[in-house]
Amino acid sequence: METLIQQVTVGLASGGIYACLALALVMIYQATHHVNFAQGEMAMFSTFVAWALIQAGLDYWPAFFITVVGSFIASAAIEFAIIRPLHKAPELSVVAVFIGLLVIFHSVAGWIFGTEIREFPSPFPKDAWFGGSLMSPHQVGTIFVAMCIVAGLFAFFQHTTLGLTMRAAAQNPGSSRLLGISVGRMLMLGWGLAGAIGAVAGMMVAPFVFLDPGMMTGVLIYAFAGALIGGIDNPVGAIVGGFLVGVLENLLGTYVVGTDLKLTAALVLIVSVLIVRPAGLLGRRTVQRV
Amino acid sequence: MQVSSVTASSTHGVDQASTFMSPRNILILVAIAASLAYFAQGYVLFQATMVLAYAIALVGLNLLTGYNGQISLGHGAFFATGAYSLAILMNWDVPYWLAIPIAGAISMVAGYAFGRPALKLQGLYLALATFTLSVVLPQLLKYKLFQPWTGGVGGIVLIKPDAPFGIPLSSDQYCYLFTLLITVLMFLIARNLIDSGTGRAIRAIRDHQMAATSMGINHQHYKSMTFGVSAAFAGVGGALSALAVQFVSPDSFTMFLSISLLVGVVVGGIGTLWGAIFGAVFIMFVPELAEKLSKDSAWAVYGVILILLVFAMPKGVMGLINRLRVSTLVRN
Amino acid sequence: MTRLLEVRNLHASYGATEVLHGIDLDVEEGQVVTLLGANGAGKTTTLRALCHFQVKNSGSITFKGERIEGKSTEQIAAMGIGHVPDGRGTFQAMSVEENLRLGCHARKDKNAVATDLERMYDYFPRLKERRSQQAGTLSGGEQQMLAIARALMGKPSLLLLDEPSFGLAPLVVKDIFTIMRRIREEQKVSILLVEQNARIALQLADTAYLLETGRIVKHGPSEAMRNDDAVRRAYLGE
Repeated sequence: METLIQQVTVGLASGGIYACLALALVMIYQATHHVNFAQGEMAMFSTFVAWALIQAGLDYWPAFFITVVGSFIASAAIEFAIIRPLHKAPELSVVAVFIGLLVIFHSVAGWIFGTEIREFPSPFPKDAWFGGSLMSPHQVGTIFVAMCIVAGLFAFFQHTTLGLTMRAAAQNPGSSRLLGISVGRMLMLGWGLAGAIGAVAGMMVAPFVFLDPGMMTGVLIYAFAGALIGGIDNPVGAIVGGFLVGVLENLLGTYVVGTDLKLTAALVLIVSVLIVRPAGLLGRRTVQRV
Repeated sequence: MQVSSVTASSTHGVDQASTFMSPRNILILVAIAASLAYFAQGYVLFQATMVLAYAIALVGLNLLTGYNGQISLGHGAFFATGAYSLAILMNWDVPYWLAIPIAGAISMVAGYAFGRPALKLQGLYLALATFTLSVVLPQLLKYKLFQPWTGGVGGIVLIKPDAPFGIPLSSDQYCYLFTLLITVLMFLIARNLIDSGTGRAIRAIRDHQMAATSMGINHQHYKSMTFGVSAAFAGVGGALSALAVQFVSPDSFTMFLSISLLVGVVVGGIGTLWGAIFGAVFIMFVPELAEKLSKDSAWAVYGVILILLVFAMPKGVMGLINRLRVSTLVRN
Repeated sequence: MTRLLEVRNLHASYGATEVLHGIDLDVEEGQVVTLLGANGAGKTTTLRALCHFQVKNSGSITFKGERIEGKSTEQIAAMGIGHVPDGRGTFQAMSVEENLRLGCHARKDKNAVATDLERMYDYFPRLKERRSQQAGTLSGGEQQMLAIARALMGKPSLLLLDEPSFGLAPLVVKDIFTIMRRIREEQKVSILLVEQNARIALQLADTAYLLETGRIVKHGPSEAMRNDDAVRRAYLGE
């Protein structure tokens, strides 16, 4: 029983990371109706940048801060330069561009930083008070960070004017423009936020799995699955889905199929759920008006 | 004339496969392709064979994605099904010319079996479900229980057939020409399907499923059937590729293959038949080209080329060709 | 009175199809001008062309003395043109109050927002009842009121109203137009009203323009237009 609880809590820790990345995916999806398949690789790249800054002598938190801000700016720039010009292109073509971005980030990271596995520090000291027999301080810290991001985003979108404006731009770009809202600027902001969240997710996961270019591929798949099982149009769903997938993955890996097959098993399970509830657990079944 | 059909569907390119070339031009094209068997040797011939195999698979994927509007990130799995079916059948001494259609049939069943329960999934949800396929299949192929059939991690080795009836062709040349023959056949089947009433039903479902249903089109039947047919094409392509490579193993059919196939469809042109050739050429040669340009970051180069292509031709190569054709037609 | 809006030789097209073939239009400050015409005449297109929204335009549009035909939709909104689009364009998933607050985006002074909110609720009591309700759950008439109130929150000098009576029951339409009359008297906003319902439009407006397949065929004071034979036959059913 104790190990079960332990596995669940460990699952919650990785779930927190999936939840963050899932949230980033849903945010961009809500604004643009595209899934940024390159989100994982962008997060990985950000983490490498943080690592390089730390290697160059910066303390953890300054490096963290610079990385987050830099990721924000870079993601906004990508939206402006690469994604926006294609807003009239067929949807699958945009998917191909995301694949292109994914591949570019992955390859360039390996090229600049090399492909050896590296350690990445955790900001939570190993003997911190909040660690315990069940979870390491970093795992607790990760869940805490995930919750902070979620709470922060919720407050931002629900209670600030800028958040309201961004929601409007995502929901109804036409009406927004008639009210003077610059939809393009809101899109850039949305992408920037997503990139920043991705960077945080990357820096939280790196101490667990060690840093290398392949670090985020599995994470992205889990995050995507989590977002879908929660309902792709629903930020709360993304978070719930992310945590759910984290726990599921860990339990499957520990008790049922072992680490090799856990991705397979998790995905099969998720798809089975989707067949029963095609819009996800919390997704809105959109009634199609003719 | 055909101008209206070219301008009518803006997102899906030219739906009617028949508008691109007259039968005479097609015959000339096939003759040129066949002559490659004489002029090219060894590795180049092998690459040409692979291009044809990929093209068949791309036609299948385009049938599902471009003409029926269902996305698949898992067609590598059906490609693998065809390849492995062929390998296993040939291991049981079934002759290749029989094994290939059987492999196609097996893939069709697999496609239908997947398409039917996945009917309610749309868009991204379907993308995830099909992606799951592409992840699951290599695992299944490596699974110990199936090893007696699949050869496990080691895979199965094949032998290319010799030319029949003592025709003086090397097995490489024969394999290429045989693949070419099958390719032409598959293209013909696809074209007839697209231009038929079934094809119209399939496209109607893509454009507006609710309206199609209200006109009496059983979308469940057609959508699962399209999955099956599309998987059959991928399976035939996979079988032919297995013959060319003379080897199947789980690692040849990772999720990367599924992604490549989707990229191939986009580059060639979604909802076009001839785009498959261009897409197959892209899949086959651009990774190699990228590696020549930069050893260390070959994939970065690949990504840049891909993005530039999408910018230059958002509707794929066929989209560009059609745009040029329209402008010359309008000028006349 | 200074001319608020002066439109000369306005052409507008969707893609390659030209819909407006050179129209002239004037709106004076404090005026209500109505643009009448049948379906497909180009009325909605005219309003969109003024805001450079989803159409290509050419010709000259002068607003408060400045040429605006090249400006972006967002810039034009910020200059003080409030556009209530056809179909209302409310943010369905957001509450009534959130919709109204979004209307403030373009305005220069953000200080009096709370007072203005109260004023909108005063004009449209039904909105006040439903202030926390999701806009998508409102009736058609209430959504129209919300769209108008939202546009007014931006404190526009010129309000563009696209077919406010569309799809609404006659009593609801009467209700809305009564409120419009009150707004017209109390606020300093000029109105360019596009309507198929010529009768009720002519009751509110000072001047009217008649649009037929992209051209202005008649214009003049409402009284004159109401008594014009051609207008009466075609649009008033008399």
